[in-house]
Amino acid sequence: MSDSGTGATGSSLGEMAQLSAITLNVNDQARRLEVDPRTSLLDALREHLHLIGTKKGCDHGQCGACTVLINGRRVNSCLTLAVMHEGDDVVTIEGLGDPDGLHPMQRAFVERDGFQCGYCTPGQICSAVGMLAEVEAGWPSHATADVASPRVALTDEEIRERMSGNICRCAAYPNIVAAVRSVAGGDPG
Amino acid sequence: MRPFTYERATDARTAVGAVSRPGAKFISGGTNLLDLMKLDIERPGHLVDISRLPLRDIEELPDGGLRIGAQAANSDVAADARVRTRYPVLSQALLSGASGQLRNKASTGGNLLQRTRCPYFYDTAAGCNKRNPGSGCSAIGGFNRIHAILGVSDSCIATHPSDMAVAMTALEAEIELLGAEGSLRRVAITDFYRLPGDTPHIETVLRPREMITGVDLPPPPPGRQLYRKVRDRASYEFALVSVAAIVSTDQGTINQARVAFGGVAHKPWRSIEAEAALTGRPATMATYRAAAVEAMRDAVGQGHNNFKIELAKRTLCRTLAQLARES
Repeated sequence: MSDSGTGATGSSLGEMAQLSAITLNVNDQARRLEVDPRTSLLDALREHLHLIGTKKGCDHGQCGACTVLINGRRVNSCLTLAVMHEGDDVVTIEGLGDPDGLHPMQRAFVERDGFQCGYCTPGQICSAVGMLAEVEAGWPSHATADVASPRVALTDEEIRERMSGNICRCAAYPNIVAAVRSVAGGDPG
Repeated sequence: MRPFTYERATDARTAVGAVSRPGAKFISGGTNLLDLMKLDIERPGHLVDISRLPLRDIEELPDGGLRIGAQAANSDVAADARVRTRYPVLSQALLSGASGQLRNKASTGGNLLQRTRCPYFYDTAAGCNKRNPGSGCSAIGGFNRIHAILGVSDSCIATHPSDMAVAMTALEAEIELLGAEGSLRRVAITDFYRLPGDTPHIETVLRPREMITGVDLPPPPPGRQLYRKVRDRASYEFALVSVAAIVSTDQGTINQARVAFGGVAHKPWRSIEAEAALTGRPATMATYRAAAVEAMRDAVGQGHNNFKIELAKRTLCRTLAQLARES
């Protein structure tokens, strides 16, 4: 279970950093690993735990390809350090579902053709799952006319605004919106 | 990224002690700091993680105001029912910034201290007095479409990128700071930020090792509140110009007004001049235009950003007109 590798100890500056032992609860499993403090959560997931469903796009928090759920909330895993998440619950695309048991959001992306190349898709799906929880909790968005209103009507405009942190260079946006809408119960399909 | 050592602070006093190590910095949400560390712009040798300090709460103050803990996430502040009903301009400002993922991570204190998005600050091959004091300013005479029009100096024309801080400026927020000796002090947000002058690398009055512990909002001023942001994209983009306005009218006459601009200066720009030009005047477009002229009287363009002067005027007028329509 534990990662025996010593990845990322040799920096480009030729200095050795001390490794930190941490435990992350990833997809309902306690995973113990030793990381250089510089290791992003994204690199810890991909390079140490070999959960390569989470993608590295820009590595600067701009594209959303690395989106995972931490303690139920969507975040950019590239812009946070693994050592800062000791004991936290992390859910990646692998934890949402697998081919034999797809998460409703995964199934919706397949059924609605919500992708072309697929590289941004794990981040889109994790983001959409986190986003629907935010809507469930009544969070307003920039597209909400009255932020004081306790309820949110999840229009397409709301979906687009709330998903703006996930870029799709294939521009599959219409079908991504359709997929999210179908899971949110916004249409009968 | 350069190597650093890491420790997690368990209480605020320990945190300000731990950051006394040379090259040490606080880290909270990390959404700005880690980005800058990857680009070799920020180079801390030691990080003190303050994200788990018990400073996440949003609490009622005895005077009817609200206290926002420095570690409260931007998304939690924006979604708080008290903020949404009593300080909607703050909720609107937060929701107009960044993305859902970033707002879930970014803290209130970190948002206040985020660095400029001037591309020359990010380009380590360019001169930048903010990043490397004495190296010049490549934005002056360079591509400066997004840069400041008010309060600039010969050293720096960068803007402060926060939306949240603009709303907090209109709300006359106070920032609470914990010092290295364990003493607390409070600073009005308008006094917290500095203009660039000849030391643009010093952006706030924060002293070495001081930590932001919270932001206090006074009871909301009378009137309606609105944040309007103008940008190149409809979402997930920094402001070219933004306006936070709070206006109270009585039978068509403005009796109280607060106006703050974003995207125009090195700090959130409170316009006392616009407020004076609005107070006691009829809530009409002629009044708004007069106030906009006063707000931008000292504005100077750098070439590519000349349009911002007119854009700021029109954004103020449109914000005020919308407030009047909804009242």
